[in-house]
Amino acid sequence: MKLTQSPTFKAFSEPVVKNNPVFIQSLGICSALAVTVQLNTAIVMGLAMTFVTAFSSLTISAMRNVIPRNVRMIVELSVIASLVILADEVLRAFFYDISKQLSVFVGLIITNCIVMGRAETYALGNPPVKSFMDGLGNGAGYGSVLVTVAFIRELFGAGKLFGFSVVPQVFYDHGYMNMGFMQLAPAAFIIIGLLVWLQKSLMRR
Amino acid sequence: MENLLGLFLNSVFVGNILLSYFLGMCSFVAVSKNMDTAIGLGFAVVFVLSITAPVNWLVFHFLLSPGALRWAGLEAVDLSFLKFITFIAVIAAIVQMVEMVIDRYSPALYMALGVFLPLIAVNCAILGASLFMVERDYTFIETVVFGFGSGVGWLMAIVSMAAIRIKMRYANVPEGLEGFGITMIMTGLMAMGFMLFSGITL
Repeated sequence: MKLTQSPTFKAFSEPVVKNNPVFIQSLGICSALAVTVQLNTAIVMGLAMTFVTAFSSLTISAMRNVIPRNVRMIVELSVIASLVILADEVLRAFFYDISKQLSVFVGLIITNCIVMGRAETYALGNPPVKSFMDGLGNGAGYGSVLVTVAFIRELFGAGKLFGFSVVPQVFYDHGYMNMGFMQLAPAAFIIIGLLVWLQKSLMRR
Repeated sequence: MENLLGLFLNSVFVGNILLSYFLGMCSFVAVSKNMDTAIGLGFAVVFVLSITAPVNWLVFHFLLSPGALRWAGLEAVDLSFLKFITFIAVIAAIVQMVEMVIDRYSPALYMALGVFLPLIAVNCAILGASLFMVERDYTFIETVVFGFGSGVGWLMAIVSMAAIRIKMRYANVPEGLEGFGITMIMTGLMAMGFMLFSGITL
């Protein structure tokens, strides 16, 4: 069997493209958009999110047979919160500047519906390896949306990518201007709305 | 006093927790389809935010922040890294308690808010407000005002969105954009409206 056909790989690839958590399930947009002004922060946030989703799914799935049904929410929350604390401490130790820019939004991964949703709907009923891949895929699907939005916002808003200017000076000399609107909150909502439209029209074809 | 009024207006309009910090989006999109539930959830958020933000302030300043355990003779202890897990536990506990108290003493209010309370425990806006309170170093009074103001801002946003969506039922939305997509775009336009208040200085 080819690698791309295996159920484990499918668990990973499905949420990235076909069943994207943000576009299709409209989950987890909460804290997502605030970090998309720059590519740097968006990528770090995507990685932190992938880490938390993947390992919380793995842990919860490994424990799924011993968690009593009526306290499962508390167990899930404590697993997720511990992983988020870990991610936050690592960011603060090694990427202090970025962690300052992300401010409260790393902490808000705890209440992100995607993490909890995957734990509830997938990890509780599937073996650890598959759950891990599913978590990885959902994290990556979420991250890819963040990066796309951040790319558009940073390119048109500031004329930069990763903090380097990419729009040549010649453009500015001929009257090109950065769209300050892209850096503001409303732009993120509108970009997400248009991306959903694009995704849905492409899927239908 | 003026300072507090400014903080209140800021947390309702310009720094609206939903429209400029994107917190509480999931329940916002899911619940704004219906006017009654939107109002119910909105008031539940105001209620829970006004309680949890001050309580978390007390917890943070007497248990977690660096040097907070001075009263117990532990000067050098810094437990602030535990804030995420503590806040979420406090929020879950308070929501549970509020639910029981309302159920016992005010069945009418319980009928109105009861179903929304469990939903709120995992609403990003609640945890977000507590984390902002730490990040921005608010005093206790400021935290009370900020918690209440953020709740009111969220309530206003979701109620106006529900009102817009009722009108939208008769609109002819392009294929593929209906539902989530158009909701996001409308939210964006609404956020622009709320941002205009930033010209007002007190």
